[in-house]
Amino acid sequence: MLELIVISTLNGILFGMLLFLMASGLTVIFSMLGVLNFAHASFYMLGAFFGFQISKWFGFWPALIIAPLLAGALGAMVERYGLRQVHKYGHVPELLFTFGLAFAIEEIVSIVWGKSPVDFRVPALLDFPAFTLFSTNYPAFKIFMLVISIVIFAGLLITLKKTRIGLIVQAALTHPHMVGHLGHNVGRIFMLVFGVGTALAAVAGVIAGPALVTQSNMAGLLGPILFVVVVVGGLGSLPGAFIASLLIGLVQTFAVSMNGSLAGLFGPLSPDLAATWLSDIWNVTIAQIAPIMPYVLLVLILMFRPMGLLGTRET
Amino acid sequence: MSDTTMNIAPPAPTAADRLKFYGMWVIVAAALIILPKIFSSGGSLTTFSLIGISIIFSLSYNILLGQTGMLSFGHAVYYGLGGFLAIHAINIIAKNKFAIPLPLVPLIGGFAGLGFALIFGWVSTKRSGTAFAMISLGLAELVASSALILRTFFGGEAGVSANRTKAFRLFDWSFGPQIQIYYLVAAWTLIAVIAMYALTRTPLGRMCNAVRDNPERVQFVGYDPHVVRFIAFCFSGFFAGIAGALAAINFEIANSAYLGAVQSGTVLFATYIGGVGFFIGPIVGAIFVTLLSLGLSDLTQVWQLYFGLIFIAVVMFAPGGLTGLMMMHWPLIKAGTIARVLPAYLISFIPTLAMLVGFILAVEVIVFHMVHAGGDSHIKAFGIPFDAENRGVWAIAAVLLFVGAFAARKTWKMIAARWDDALTEARAKGAAA
Repeated sequence: MLELIVISTLNGILFGMLLFLMASGLTVIFSMLGVLNFAHASFYMLGAFFGFQISKWFGFWPALIIAPLLAGALGAMVERYGLRQVHKYGHVPELLFTFGLAFAIEEIVSIVWGKSPVDFRVPALLDFPAFTLFSTNYPAFKIFMLVISIVIFAGLLITLKKTRIGLIVQAALTHPHMVGHLGHNVGRIFMLVFGVGTALAAVAGVIAGPALVTQSNMAGLLGPILFVVVVVGGLGSLPGAFIASLLIGLVQTFAVSMNGSLAGLFGPLSPDLAATWLSDIWNVTIAQIAPIMPYVLLVLILMFRPMGLLGTRET
Repeated sequence: MSDTTMNIAPPAPTAADRLKFYGMWVIVAAALIILPKIFSSGGSLTTFSLIGISIIFSLSYNILLGQTGMLSFGHAVYYGLGGFLAIHAINIIAKNKFAIPLPLVPLIGGFAGLGFALIFGWVSTKRSGTAFAMISLGLAELVASSALILRTFFGGEAGVSANRTKAFRLFDWSFGPQIQIYYLVAAWTLIAVIAMYALTRTPLGRMCNAVRDNPERVQFVGYDPHVVRFIAFCFSGFFAGIAGALAAINFEIANSAYLGAVQSGTVLFATYIGGVGFFIGPIVGAIFVTLLSLGLSDLTQVWQLYFGLIFIAVVMFAPGGLTGLMMMHWPLIKAGTIARVLPAYLISFIPTLAMLVGFILAVEVIVFHMVHAGGDSHIKAFGIPFDAENRGVWAIAAVLLFVGAFAARKTWKMIAARWDDALTEARAKGAAA
């Protein structure tokens, strides 16, 4: 039991930090540009596939640097030549543009790399168990993922709190118009913020690729959860996104490792229930409903705190 | 009655206007009856049925997007649940020999959609804009994933099937042949389109537009935008349920794909490509997208890529959709200045076409090298055979693409200039607002 709790906590924090790597980029882009980038998870996927391709040619470590740079450059181009054109029509067409982009990127990826998973492996340098806990080997690569995520999180925090760039981004979080009037709201900052945001997502992709599965539907699987993070945390709130990421990471990981069901809990009380059409609800295990946990959390948050955990803006 | 109210109220329609309005619906009904007599093949009947279902679904979606300003990524939930309830209803009716004829089953689907819209709508319409879009996506994922967990009701991966001919019979219509299904769909399409059109003319319809344009002001004059959005959401769910039930009747099966993201995305594409600003827009979009998805999939294997690119192009260059593009020309036609623009269109047509052909050629060649590398290089795209290994084809593609794009940009500028001229003249004649 203790083993389960420790391993699940580690994995939960890991997944949560990965979610935050993406959610942070998404939140910063949303706060600055006012556009919710539907294709954000697609850049995560591009990061994973670029990482796979580059690590095949040059090895994993160059890939870790080059793939996010490539994806970030692509993101900056998307902002410059796509989003900026659409901006004059309003926010809904902007969202639709990124939605269409997500669709197109998924199609392109499945054309280039196929629909089945690619063989993206953990680099040999990190392919060993870091430590053994209660007879379970914990892989070193997962520790590496955790370290990278925490380093980037710390870097982001310092950039946002201590530098001039951070000052502008922070100001844009609360007073977007004022920042505009001060003359900061120029296209190049938008482009750079978008590029950095997508690069962050791509970093998550490169380090998650070998640990999870790298295939053409990975953006579609993670995208909705990412939006749950942003809504649960509160739109435009970075600390909120952090808490929500960890919360969802932990909830989902713990749910996966639990096997209880209503039947297991109350079964002896009313054995006849199992025969009716309710039997599905009766017999389903917590592990089976793990995939829908984030969405259940979303509904609960909406009912009791519609602006999100740390959100202030009621849109 | 004071003078002000008299001035604000629109003038009562004249007898000629009324005749024109009701005559239009009669003509549409007659066209729907005659259509299968002209195109009687099984394939076209199926296509018509699919278009009819798509029209209802797209129009119901536009109650949200176009009329109330709510961008939903999860409209398939109400479509799919309507479909599942309809399938179960057919099975139950057949088993218990209830006296409910098949044409009434879509109503059951509609009420299923309404019921679930009542449940999910209250939480999701609390917020508007971007937050609403994400919440609708989250709820859609919740329902779609639940469908794979609750296997008894949703039938797991395989879905639930039914035999529509086993339902209670009325007037000896078995609803086995596709022609009878066509008439069932056509009748429901007409009813639903008229009902949704009528909805736009009610005070509620106007309040929806007000909520879309300025929710603060709506609140200020004493209405709750949340409630208006909620009611619009319920109507939308009702009609989506009807569409889903018709789809279930048409295919005699409902599976988890009905509820999924692809279905939600398709209706969004159809509605937006058609144009959300006009009532007719989603109808145009439904016809266009259904024909496109049926037609393109025969012509090229990467049709979904083209589909996505068309959508991006519409969002970027024609935010009013196809209907918006057509309606832009109306003031010019009325003022008679359209002749100034048409020659520019003709000149622009050639380089634009060259650019598109070059692009498609390039895509097909690249796809060949990515997907079938090493296979037979004599491929066919859009019915035209060519050799993907041939360097000449590559060169032609590049030349067409780049020269075409360069020339096309010049001609587009000419169109813009001519357009401005024509519009200025039309304005001078008082034809455009």
